[in-house]
Amino acid sequence: MLRLLNLELQKLLLNRTSKILIFVSFILPFFVILLSSLKINVFGFFTLELGELGVFNFPIIWHLTTFFASQFKFFFAIVVVSMIGNEYSNKTIKQNLIDGLSKKEFILSKFYTIVFFSIVSTVLIGLISLCIGLYYSSYTEASIVFRGVEFLVAYFVKLIGFFSLCLFFGMLVKRSAFALAFLFILFILEWILFGLIAWQSDGNLAEKIQNFFPLKSMYKLIDQPFQRIAMSKFPDKAELAYDYGAHGYEMLIVLCWTALFIFLSFKLLKKRDL
Amino acid sequence: MESILTINNLTKKFGYLTAVKDLSFTINKGNVYGILGPNGSGKSTTLGVVLNVVNKTEGDFHWFDGNTSTHDALKKVGAIIERPNFYPYMTATQNLKLVCKIKGVDYSKIDEKLEIVGLLERKDSKFKTYSLGMKQRLAIASALLNDPEILILDEPTNGLDPQGIHQIREIIKQIAAKGTTILLASHLLDEVEKVCSHVVVLRKGVKLYSGRVDEMISSHGFFELKTNKESELVKLLENHKSFGKVKVHENLVTAFLNEPMKSDDFNKHLFEKGITLTHLVQRKESLEEQFLQLTDNNQN
Repeated sequence: MLRLLNLELQKLLLNRTSKILIFVSFILPFFVILLSSLKINVFGFFTLELGELGVFNFPIIWHLTTFFASQFKFFFAIVVVSMIGNEYSNKTIKQNLIDGLSKKEFILSKFYTIVFFSIVSTVLIGLISLCIGLYYSSYTEASIVFRGVEFLVAYFVKLIGFFSLCLFFGMLVKRSAFALAFLFILFILEWILFGLIAWQSDGNLAEKIQNFFPLKSMYKLIDQPFQRIAMSKFPDKAELAYDYGAHGYEMLIVLCWTALFIFLSFKLLKKRDL
Repeated sequence: MESILTINNLTKKFGYLTAVKDLSFTINKGNVYGILGPNGSGKSTTLGVVLNVVNKTEGDFHWFDGNTSTHDALKKVGAIIERPNFYPYMTATQNLKLVCKIKGVDYSKIDEKLEIVGLLERKDSKFKTYSLGMKQRLAIASALLNDPEILILDEPTNGLDPQGIHQIREIIKQIAAKGTTILLASHLLDEVEKVCSHVVVLRKGVKLYSGRVDEMISSHGFFELKTNKESELVKLLENHKSFGKVKVHENLVTAFLNEPMKSDDFNKHLFEKGITLTHLVQRKESLEEQFLQLTDNNQN
């Protein structure tokens, strides 16, 4: 396993473009969160301190940071599709197989890399959230600090699921740009299907079905936190209430998609003549 | 003899097109093999199948004694297919390190193999800065990294300038001299003739011949002759039992032998008959002539 990971890391880290993109997708959100937690004086008019709004309190901070950091996943998605696209355009996939890498090992080396970077990112976001949270939060008992930690697990599952989808699209169309276009098409397709079901039956049912679609199920893992922050400000406004939790069954759906995408990528490569 | 690769009744179809049809042959240790055939005769497809990048339709093949999986066997094989494929943004050394990781070979081999192909001074230059000849030589170095039992080369001199072709051929000869089994696919007949001891001839995916180069067609060779008494010579040859066909083209008489004959005996015989020669050459058909004869015979 380490051999396969090592192999793929060499391919990625010696390439300047992917090095920059990896930096942007994992290190940048880390710094942005760090900076936003500082007091910012806006041209002397007023002082902006997000911490005062209570958004950096436990347990809501887990929700906010993971939601914010997951927006940066698109940069690493580019790395994932291009690591497949480049293998095809340089024909190095053929050479790798001739040199004695099996097709299974080839897919696994990509998958291990995805898992590796997802772990790194989760650990980074976890650490920064913990530090900022401890600094701002008035309650620092372990039971409160770790109450929202399931968002971190959801973040990890979300990254793996999304990158596996990118891996599959990369294998399917062999070209980085087309694979990204496919992602966009899938996004539109999910909404068209949602619209069709909502039109034929009712919106509630449509939303329930939509929650099983690949992209939507990944999005559902960490819902947008703004409504939740608003809720904490106006606890009496019942119409704002919504289910923002990161549930176990939502993770299961995404993990099923992940398994399916990796399996299909392998089948596709196995069937293909290079 | 120890067999390295055995192919039994291999067939590969791409949709309606049959690229390889019912092909069987065996590669034994220590020989230099050539796979000959015009473009599109199924050479690369056959190699692709045994190298695990093309799926077979029917038949089977096995490496070594048949107990090693293809995936493990390939770690003991060195192969280059068509174009050299490397990561353009890595240097030669970095590219070879990657191959070492795949094959499970120690890094210490890298400089040794770069030395063989003469790329040691350029080892820290990026692959994309290399000329085609250098890329092809790097591919050979990469294929040699694991000290392979068999080296497979598919059109290794394609697209190279005469100097590049010469360099690659010299490298191949050096490797062959060390006793490494080589399988060389090419449509360039003189290339195969210069290095190979055995050939497999393919046309449209069908095997026409496999065996030693010099036994490809049963022939005793021919004489090329010139003399001032041409008509007498032709008359004599046509009545001689050892000769078959006689051709005359621009004062050059070509006489094909039906049975073995030494040139000094033949010269003596003619002199006794009063014919003095101004030109005498005894030759065997070149591989090109043999190949054309073989493919022509099978067309009719």
